[in-house]
Amino acid sequence: MLEPLYWIIRRDLTIAMRRRADVFTTLIFFVIVVSLFPLGIGPEPETLRQIAPGIVWVGALLASMLALEQIFSADHRDGTLEQMLLTPQPVSVLVVGKILAHWLVSGVPLVIMAPVLGLQYNLSADVLLVLMASLLLGTPALSLIGAIGAALTLGLRSGGVLLALLVLPLYIPVLIFGAGAVEATASGLGGQAHLSMLAAILVASLVLAPLATAAALRVAED
Amino acid sequence: MSSRLINWFKFSSPATFYPLARKISVASAVIAVVLIAVGLYMSFFVAPTDYKQGEGYRIIFVHVPASWMSMFIYLVMAAWAAMGLVFNTRLSAMMAQALAPTGAMFAFISLWTGSFWGKPMWGTWWVWDARITSELILLFLYLGYMALRAAIDDPRRGDRASAILLLVGVVNIPIIYYSVQWWNTLHQGSTIKMNAETTMDETMLITMLIMTLGFWAYSIAVAMARVRTVILERERTASWVRELGLAGS
Repeated sequence: MLEPLYWIIRRDLTIAMRRRADVFTTLIFFVIVVSLFPLGIGPEPETLRQIAPGIVWVGALLASMLALEQIFSADHRDGTLEQMLLTPQPVSVLVVGKILAHWLVSGVPLVIMAPVLGLQYNLSADVLLVLMASLLLGTPALSLIGAIGAALTLGLRSGGVLLALLVLPLYIPVLIFGAGAVEATASGLGGQAHLSMLAAILVASLVLAPLATAAALRVAED
Repeated sequence: MSSRLINWFKFSSPATFYPLARKISVASAVIAVVLIAVGLYMSFFVAPTDYKQGEGYRIIFVHVPASWMSMFIYLVMAAWAAMGLVFNTRLSAMMAQALAPTGAMFAFISLWTGSFWGKPMWGTWWVWDARITSELILLFLYLGYMALRAAIDDPRRGDRASAILLLVGVVNIPIIYYSVQWWNTLHQGSTIKMNAETTMDETMLITMLIMTLGFWAYSIAVAMARVRTVILERERTASWVRELGLAGS
């Protein structure tokens, strides 16, 4: 069961490395969105520090949502996905592999970039650390939940906007606990509880989301 | 022996359900009109004025049943969706589809009337209260379901894809609800509580009950009328629909 997982991750990473521009598009989007807020709100450092957790988190959430469409669309277009569903391996394992590879390509750069953006907002070192930890736990959960939406909207006319409509309400708990962890640390309460909740959401979505995604893929490729 | 068994699936066929839906729809519509008329009369003229909130509280007779219905209809839709996936019955998905606009409408009414109640009572149209926020998210879930349903042209794929979405939504609702509640208590002190009155006057309770039953009957009537149009639209090539003589050509 682990061998197909390894191969599918390796395959997807190889493909992603050959289309490096896609990776950077997501990352640049994240940077631009987060940098827009001070321009709209004003350069007051105290205000910015207060709203920083929410802004960085919403930016990461939107960026990872924009990248979702790429999980299955290329494989769907050239028929690879259909062949994958025909293999004797359990579809949910293949789905986990694809999501993991997608997260490594689109989620991890966000985690690495986040502290740099946090510096723009005057966040202190320990808060930045919690910001990274919360994104490290949160973004894979976003990818897992979002994959369900990506599979449901596969090949549809207004796929992109529809995907946002389906997925964003389901992202709310991750956003609440992710931004909450950073904010609780910044206000001196400690973000431990929030991080634990994020980890719980990650584990639950790791168990349930691939099953739903696999079912949705079967419907889409029917 | 088999004659003693009830054929549970008799009405799972659109052709046999179509005439039955009409009967249910008409009966429920009559019940709904009577109950809502009585309920509205009682809520305006019989129920006593609240000693703290004055006359403005009367909007809860619409607000609370609408919120209940909006939550309950989503559960019913998810149940139909699950049934459709398990038994592979076309009618189940049609029922979920027929219920969705009613559920979304009740979610919207609940927010709208809540806003009207909040302005005189709290002095603001909108508060990021846990329950209001959850209701808003529920409205988003309804809209997402309807958008997905409308975006898929193939009815079979649409049925199953939206059924999966409903089940994912129903698993997420408690998580969303509790996370929103926790978020709310962390961000702002509970200066305003919705459940201010702990004891309720008996007439108020009865009025609310009548209104709730009226909304139930309304939902059934509308859903049945809508499922009839869905059936006709989907089965327009079937011979039994042609025999109805509705088609223009």
